[in-house]
Amino acid sequence: MTESDFEPKIVGFLCNWCSYRAADLAGTARMKYEPNVRIIRVMCSGRVDPTFVLKALSLGADGVMLAGCHPGECHYIEQNYKTIRRFKMLKHTLRALGIEEERVRLQWASAGEGALLASAINEMVDQVRKLGPLHWSGNWMDDEGAQEAIQALPSEHAEAMEVPA
Amino acid sequence: MTDGGAPTTEKGKLALYWAASCGGCEIAVLGIDDKILKVAEAFDIVFWPCVMDGKVRDIEKMPDKSIDLCLFNGAIRTSEQEYMAQLLRQKSEVLVAFGSCAAEGCIPALANLNTREEIFQTAYHDTPSTDNPDGIRPQTETEVAEGILHLPMFYNTVKTLGQSVDVDYYLPGCPPEADRIWDAIVAILTGQLPAPGSVIGAQTTVCDTCPRTRNEKKIKEFKRTWEIIPDPETCLLEQGLVCCGIATRAGCEALCPTVGSPCIGCYGPNDGVVDFGARMMTALASVIDSQDPDEIDRIIQEGIPDPIGSFYRFGLANSLLRRKSLAGNGYSRMAETA
Amino acid sequence: MTEKVGVYICHCGTNIAGPVDVAEVARWAKENLKGVALARDYRFMCSSLGQEIIQEDIKNEGLTRVVVAACSPHLHEKTFRSACSKMGLNPYLTQMASIREQVSWVTEDRAAATEKAKMMVAGAVRRVQLQVELQPTEVPVNPNTLVVGGGIAGIQASLELADAGYHVFMVEREPSIGGHMAQFDKTFPTLDCAACILTPKMSDVGLHENIELLSYAEVESVSGYVGSFDVRVRKKARYIIEDACTGCGICIEKCPKKVVDEVFEVGLGYRKAVYRPFPQAVPKFPVIDKETCIYFERGTCKACEKFCPTEAIDFEQTDSYVDLNVGNIIMATGYDLFDCTKIPQYGYGRLANVFTNLEFERLCNAAGPTEGRIVLRDGVTEPKSIGIIHCVGSRDKNYHPYCSAVCCMSALKFGHLAMEKTGAEVYSFYIDMRPLHKNYEEFYDRLLQEGMHFIRGRVAEVTDAARLPGEEGKIIIQAEDTLIGKQRRIPVDMVVLLGALQPRFDAKETGLKFGVSAGLDGWFTERHPKLDPVATMTDGVFIAGTCQGPKDIPDSVTQGAAAAARVQGMIAKGTVLIEPIVASIEEARCSGCRICNNLCPFNAIEYLEDKEVSYINAALCKGCGTCVAACPAQAISGAHFTNDQIFAEMEGLLYDVIGSNGATAKSPQPVLEPA
Repeated sequence: MTESDFEPKIVGFLCNWCSYRAADLAGTARMKYEPNVRIIRVMCSGRVDPTFVLKALSLGADGVMLAGCHPGECHYIEQNYKTIRRFKMLKHTLRALGIEEERVRLQWASAGEGALLASAINEMVDQVRKLGPLHWSGNWMDDEGAQEAIQALPSEHAEAMEVPA
Repeated sequence: MTDGGAPTTEKGKLALYWAASCGGCEIAVLGIDDKILKVAEAFDIVFWPCVMDGKVRDIEKMPDKSIDLCLFNGAIRTSEQEYMAQLLRQKSEVLVAFGSCAAEGCIPALANLNTREEIFQTAYHDTPSTDNPDGIRPQTETEVAEGILHLPMFYNTVKTLGQSVDVDYYLPGCPPEADRIWDAIVAILTGQLPAPGSVIGAQTTVCDTCPRTRNEKKIKEFKRTWEIIPDPETCLLEQGLVCCGIATRAGCEALCPTVGSPCIGCYGPNDGVVDFGARMMTALASVIDSQDPDEIDRIIQEGIPDPIGSFYRFGLANSLLRRKSLAGNGYSRMAETA
Repeated sequence: MTEKVGVYICHCGTNIAGPVDVAEVARWAKENLKGVALARDYRFMCSSLGQEIIQEDIKNEGLTRVVVAACSPHLHEKTFRSACSKMGLNPYLTQMASIREQVSWVTEDRAAATEKAKMMVAGAVRRVQLQVELQPTEVPVNPNTLVVGGGIAGIQASLELADAGYHVFMVEREPSIGGHMAQFDKTFPTLDCAACILTPKMSDVGLHENIELLSYAEVESVSGYVGSFDVRVRKKARYIIEDACTGCGICIEKCPKKVVDEVFEVGLGYRKAVYRPFPQAVPKFPVIDKETCIYFERGTCKACEKFCPTEAIDFEQTDSYVDLNVGNIIMATGYDLFDCTKIPQYGYGRLANVFTNLEFERLCNAAGPTEGRIVLRDGVTEPKSIGIIHCVGSRDKNYHPYCSAVCCMSALKFGHLAMEKTGAEVYSFYIDMRPLHKNYEEFYDRLLQEGMHFIRGRVAEVTDAARLPGEEGKIIIQAEDTLIGKQRRIPVDMVVLLGALQPRFDAKETGLKFGVSAGLDGWFTERHPKLDPVATMTDGVFIAGTCQGPKDIPDSVTQGAAAAARVQGMIAKGTVLIEPIVASIEEARCSGCRICNNLCPFNAIEYLEDKEVSYINAALCKGCGTCVAACPAQAISGAHFTNDQIFAEMEGLLYDVIGSNGATAKSPQPVLEPA
């Protein structure tokens, strides 16, 4: 894959009531937006565990979008405030691990804001495309020569033992 | 195998090895006090570099699976350690990842916030007491008059034992408490074991054994341990201290919170949890008492200035992301073509 | 045990099949995804033929799971669940992938659309195999209903339910029911007298054998769930013994303390310390206002007690509590008026003869402080010219962005009444004229004929600083007349500000008590703005009238009736099904840390002191999953949205990144060669 044809793969968590309906609305209105965000439906953005974001990134996603109802409009009254707090705590940690801001995004979109969601998706895809692939598992690929060094040890030990005590 | 009482037929073979560790797990084994005699009755200790002489060559010559039980502590961060992990896996019937380093990386895994280059630069050049004008660094191969000397390869990323070989059981803790060690040995000897690959330990968290009273949680500020003298009766988290007991597997009888020191999470996550830090992040964030985004930012950044240290002190290598990004350190981000 | 997943890719005519190669997606799914027993594509899966295909496959192929890749689950999730259920396959063993709204309708490139569809299907296929059978719980419905608020919406709802034979408890905060409508003079467009059409309904409520009216009372707390709510009501002390009071009114007559009536008379008139808000009050019992009564202040007077013929005065009375059990709740708590002092440039509170809409209603009202004469603050002078300013606090980014729905019609009404009573020149300053409903446009026409003046422009300022001849002693309204493109200064004697309708000052707290969300603007959130305006997210709690958003009387009545109809439906059915998408705590894993305890706005989580663990009441749980995500011990699981299911879906969606084995594949163990 060359740099020029990199297409980000982004996982989106959308809440059933507002943001998922916003995505539906974008569809009904035939708004065209980037196809890079693959959506998982949850009942509320409050269901989103930071584990989900970490798992998506570790599996190879280039970014994660969390979407929910605007604060004050949560269909479960106030659960999106917990989403805000968890998101901020998570970003604090992700920064320390060297993950760029644009890769994990919290986007509010009410059920009538199909255009807003589509444009947020376009913006995020564009930003992540410019950043390049995250390819997180590349961070722990075996060091070059590690397996050889390991395999060499039995013969090194055998050689060493030939030296009289 | 018998129940650890009078030996019947032949003794089993026991090996203990230490990889990237501090030696505390070795001492912890001795913490079972006189029960160590029972262990000596049941087992022949064939390999324990900390305590007795031995040759790796002898282990290499043993038939596969001839070591009945191997207690392997320490994380894997050099090729030698990985080799020993593979060797002992091959030669052992039951391989136990003993202690936090082997199970989840523990303190050595905090090196995953840096690269090998950064570590070597600090250790061999930058520290004030280092006198190394020629900038000599350890090499994996060095030619000398007598031949070629080999040193292990130093990895960029610290791994857990489980990330290097198949592990039969995990015994968490830094170090595991003596009673838990004994429980595990008895379990192994009597065959009362969970499914292979499991942790031998509790299925709940430290709060279960903590004597402090608990109320509903609403946190306005996170406090550092030196900022307050905690009330002896109330839950430490409610007082603003970042106590990891809420997410940490039980087993230690809540030693630290009992004496007023917030739990730092050395027993790792509860059963089935894939990322300890995520549990801490979500639980603490959920109970922050604010709805204002700026105030929330301030509470988090002032109260938890070192999130990796607070949430991944023991489990960084075993977490979902395992390490800080290598990108920007001369490592490419491009995916290899499938 | 491996599952047998049936995968169905819908064409939806050309809606999906145009942009997405549906046959290819089906082929790919069968070939690559583990667990797929068969994969078909078909024109319209939601049609009866389409559903039959699935049903036949369940029967003949022994399918254990079904995935339908089609439109949004919001449209047909129920359809496919029901189709499977009829064949004995538990409805929760199905999953939809939205490849229309989220793929075919929004993606330009066919190749990209087909790829994305494949990923969505992969996600659904992996997820569905981890889904388990779930059964909804059936609970009985108590036929009693609680109606909160005695305005026109609440009154309508109560009468409908009571006439149908069901028992209603109506709780009203004020001493009398009637709400804001009781304050009005005439109603548009018919110019019916508000009291004339309202008071018969109020009487009906007061006399109805099926309505128990708890007036001068508020709801303290609500617990329970649909079909069985436990409500605690606090009856505030009237200091009148209701059983003894005949409503003769002698106490009011004899009371020496007169105070300004800030509530009903909106500060324009007086009442006594013991009072009825208005003569036709229901119930008829007066109230002693503790704050202003001489006895409570100084310990003297007691004139009311002396003169009461039935010894109905009781100064020792205390608040009392009533506990109710009801099956459903209708909230009809109404609105507050915008505080016009917030817009200082309109002069309210500073310039004497600037009035609010409610104040003007009271002036017009024959039973009001001026006996129906439209006069200035001096109580004597009739205005010769009146300016009416629309959108005060409404349609305004600085205050309320919304339109208050009724003010334009009020302006026409006020204009008519003013011209009729005083012959004054009336000027309306509007942004748009919004006579939207039946006969409203005709009413506008009528006022145009009657000679009301309409100036299209946002008023910049209301001032008494005269600048031009003819302005001395007048109030000047300055506005741009946008239709002629000129600034105008119109001197008038009186200004009426049409203040916005806004949510009650305590709407948010009230909502929380009942598990109803107040949106950004503060109006209660309906379940669906288009298709379900009277239901809320909390089953069994309905909303009606202006508490849901600004509206006129016909709409409030309609919503009251709609809510009553919904409740009647529930009562008639007798039982209600509670969805099984709920959270539960595994006791063995819970350490009693109590992190979850205050995360539930529906109070579904409690702490069991004896066991030292937390517990979720499944009947109260709404399934949001917030506690599931928060538990540090991972002791809480959310049915139908478990971690494993979500991880599986994620792994499927990232199929093109991690392949078919997913992330669980471990690299093979290296074997060491002995040297």
